Amino acid sequence: MTSLVTTAGDASFLDALSAGDSPLHRLDPRAKLLTTLAFAAAIASFPKTAVLPLLPFALFPVALAAAGGVPFGYLARRLLLILPFAILVGAFNPLLDRAPIPLGPFSVAGGWISFLSILLRFVLTVSGAIVLVAVTGIHGLCGALEKLGVPRALVTQLLVLYRYLFVLLDEAGRMDRARALRSFGRRRLGISAAGPFLGTLLVRTWGRAERIHLAMLSRGFDGSFRFDRPLRFGLASALFTAGWLVLFALFRSVDVPLALGAFLVAGGR
Amino acid sequence: MSHHLVVARDLRYRYPDGTGALDGITFRIVHGESVGIVGANGAGKSTLLLHLNGTLLPASGEVRIGEELLTANRIPDVRRRVGMIFQDPDDQLFMPTLADDVAFGPLNMGLPPEEVKGRVAAALERVGLSGLEARPPHRLSGGEKRRAALATVLAMSPDLLVLDEPSAGLDPHARRQLIGLLRAFTHTKIVATHDLDLVLDLCERTIVLDHGTVRADGKTQEIFADEALLASCRLEKPLSMQGCPVCGNPATGS
Amino acid sequence: MHMADALVSPVVGGTMWAASAATVAVSSRRVQQGTDDRRVPLMGVLGAFVFAAQMINFQLPGTGSSGHLGGALLLAILLGPHAAFLVVVSILAIQALLFGDGGLLALGCNAFNMGFFPAFVAYPLVYRPLAPAGATSARRLVGAIAAAEVGLVLGAFGVVFETTLSGISDLPFRPFLTAMVPIHLAIGLVEGAVTAGVLTFVLKTRPDVVDPASSPAPTTTSRLGAAFLAAALLVGGVLSWFASTKPDGLEWSIAKVTGRAAPVEPDAARAATSLAGIGGGLATLALVSATGWALRRRR
Repeated sequence: MTSLVTTAGDASFLDALSAGDSPLHRLDPRAKLLTTLAFAAAIASFPKTAVLPLLPFALFPVALAAAGGVPFGYLARRLLLILPFAILVGAFNPLLDRAPIPLGPFSVAGGWISFLSILLRFVLTVSGAIVLVAVTGIHGLCGALEKLGVPRALVTQLLVLYRYLFVLLDEAGRMDRARALRSFGRRRLGISAAGPFLGTLLVRTWGRAERIHLAMLSRGFDGSFRFDRPLRFGLASALFTAGWLVLFALFRSVDVPLALGAFLVAGGR
Repeated sequence: MSHHLVVARDLRYRYPDGTGALDGITFRIVHGESVGIVGANGAGKSTLLLHLNGTLLPASGEVRIGEELLTANRIPDVRRRVGMIFQDPDDQLFMPTLADDVAFGPLNMGLPPEEVKGRVAAALERVGLSGLEARPPHRLSGGEKRRAALATVLAMSPDLLVLDEPSAGLDPHARRQLIGLLRAFTHTKIVATHDLDLVLDLCERTIVLDHGTVRADGKTQEIFADEALLASCRLEKPLSMQGCPVCGNPATGS
Repeated sequence: MHMADALVSPVVGGTMWAASAATVAVSSRRVQQGTDDRRVPLMGVLGAFVFAAQMINFQLPGTGSSGHLGGALLLAILLGPHAAFLVVVSILAIQALLFGDGGLLALGCNAFNMGFFPAFVAYPLVYRPLAPAGATSARRLVGAIAAAEVGLVLGAFGVVFETTLSGISDLPFRPFLTAMVPIHLAIGLVEGAVTAGVLTFVLKTRPDVVDPASSPAPTTTSRLGAAFLAAALLVGGVLSWFASTKPDGLEWSIAKVTGRAAPVEPDAARAATSLAGIGGGLATLALVSATGWALRRRR
């Protein structure tokens, strides 16, 4: 399957998930956005060798995925897709930081610890982003962004891009498939054909933009894109945000797994 | 009512790159009429339609909507009265949700939010899409998109509906639904299409265009029985009239 | 190359967010003041086009690998710098949200590396002078390649600085830079060539697309703006570097600000490998999984 097809499929799947209905879906999108940003910021604020303190943060994507109906298989698959990149990026650390750390009877280079930290950060932040969209949706997020002061031109841009994303992915996919069926043996587009291929798609896209504009004018468009998304930041949203922020602060300041482990070890004695 | 709603008088237009277009079109359409516009590709159907809401202005000749001459400064007014639906519904559904799209026109007309809400609900009800307000357009089926495009225009309460290839790409069921819907509308309708059977079902009057001129203008039944005329305009009889025991002609064209 | 949330520190991420947000504010105002109301569908649809185009891989001659169009320079040529910048930001945002490419915190970095440099530096200062309206296809090729190179190399510098200043990856500055620059020079060659190829093709059927009547030249205001932002970056960069040369940069900074002594941080690496650490880590994961399972059952 081409990356175009899988991308379109995954985006479509996530889009469908975001249309679901759960108590989580019904919370104010600003609450979910701000909580996820705090989540990412808390994780980023850890020193590079942090591994244990990062683990409790997994509660956020896991709980949201479970309550919001996001299949764990889907999440796992998307994480596996980014893992090679994460490994590539973090791989320098074990090579460069060789200060030995004892691990039972063995010793391991300090770089492996920070490598593990990098991997954990990838897994956590990517899951956080995916789960955010799955329970909020792009439209919900755009509504939140607008209320939070993001300029109208950018919010409009996000909405129109998203609206036509699937149309363009589909059109590009069809063109690519037609081309592939005429390319015996040689699977990929040659570089000299890339200009005309993309140029054709561009011309068609430009034509589409003109037709959309025409349709807008025919319905009285005067330049301003009006959409009203009334949001209500209710008690549930407030509790959600406050609860998670407290947890993040706790996880950031206390090494919960270490404490838990010490408790278990002491209790076992 | 018999006063004219749409009048074209010796309408002429030529595209900037020289491709021909309209070479003297004249007709009158009254309130409540349902008119089909048929012709080969390039005959000028779409170009004519674009003159009806001021997208294009005539090089010479005139267009009148509701007795008023269509000039540049009358365009906003005309666009309230003439609801145009284009070939590709994806081009007309550009807002985040269906409700947003249907509300787009009324909001641009400056109507208060409460009234807009009412119009949206009524329009969706009319086309049978109530309950799909929050649906983003890319998750509608082909038939639903067509009906949604109709709703976006109905919400503006136009006097005239102009449709460009409304049945293209629809499966038989969706097509039948659309025809049923359009028959129920009392609006004046102008339908440009290759779907001659739709014209037969929907329009009592047909105008045949050929190379930018009006070749025939009259009762649909009569025009579609005139094989010589149809052939000279690169057309055929509607499929339902071919192989017809009454007309006595075989279905296979020759 | 995308910056990822995993590699960015809050200080670096925050600084770049501020820089990008300021640019977004300026660009939005410019775009909204524009009189061409085709921009709403055009920007949106071209954004979707670039998004899709980035997934079309073509064979790079000579090497066994494939490349794809980045698109930022092309957008700047078609839409002008301000609109192009907004479109690039929107593409990056959707990529971060839908696919976890890049990240939410790193969005500011990516917007700057992959949007600001092509739109506000490469296009007006390199492409436009080399290939003004009506230029031959040869000049377009040269202009596109030169502009793409400049934009991508600046972007590469951005990534290297941001990664190093964040201090999470151990990648040392000089080797990282030495590796990144040639790679991006090569990518720039391809990007420029394909961009020029697209323009040449489009010119045959839709010349109005490539050479619109209004081609914004860099005004004094936008040059001042660019200078101001560069200065802001320099200041932010120095501060970040300063904060990160301390072993526990964040804690040190906080301690300095509040006047209290920095908390004694247990050696995190050693803690991770102790018995309590491993046991506690496993127990934590078990608890998190159980919570997830329980919540899933309740639905």
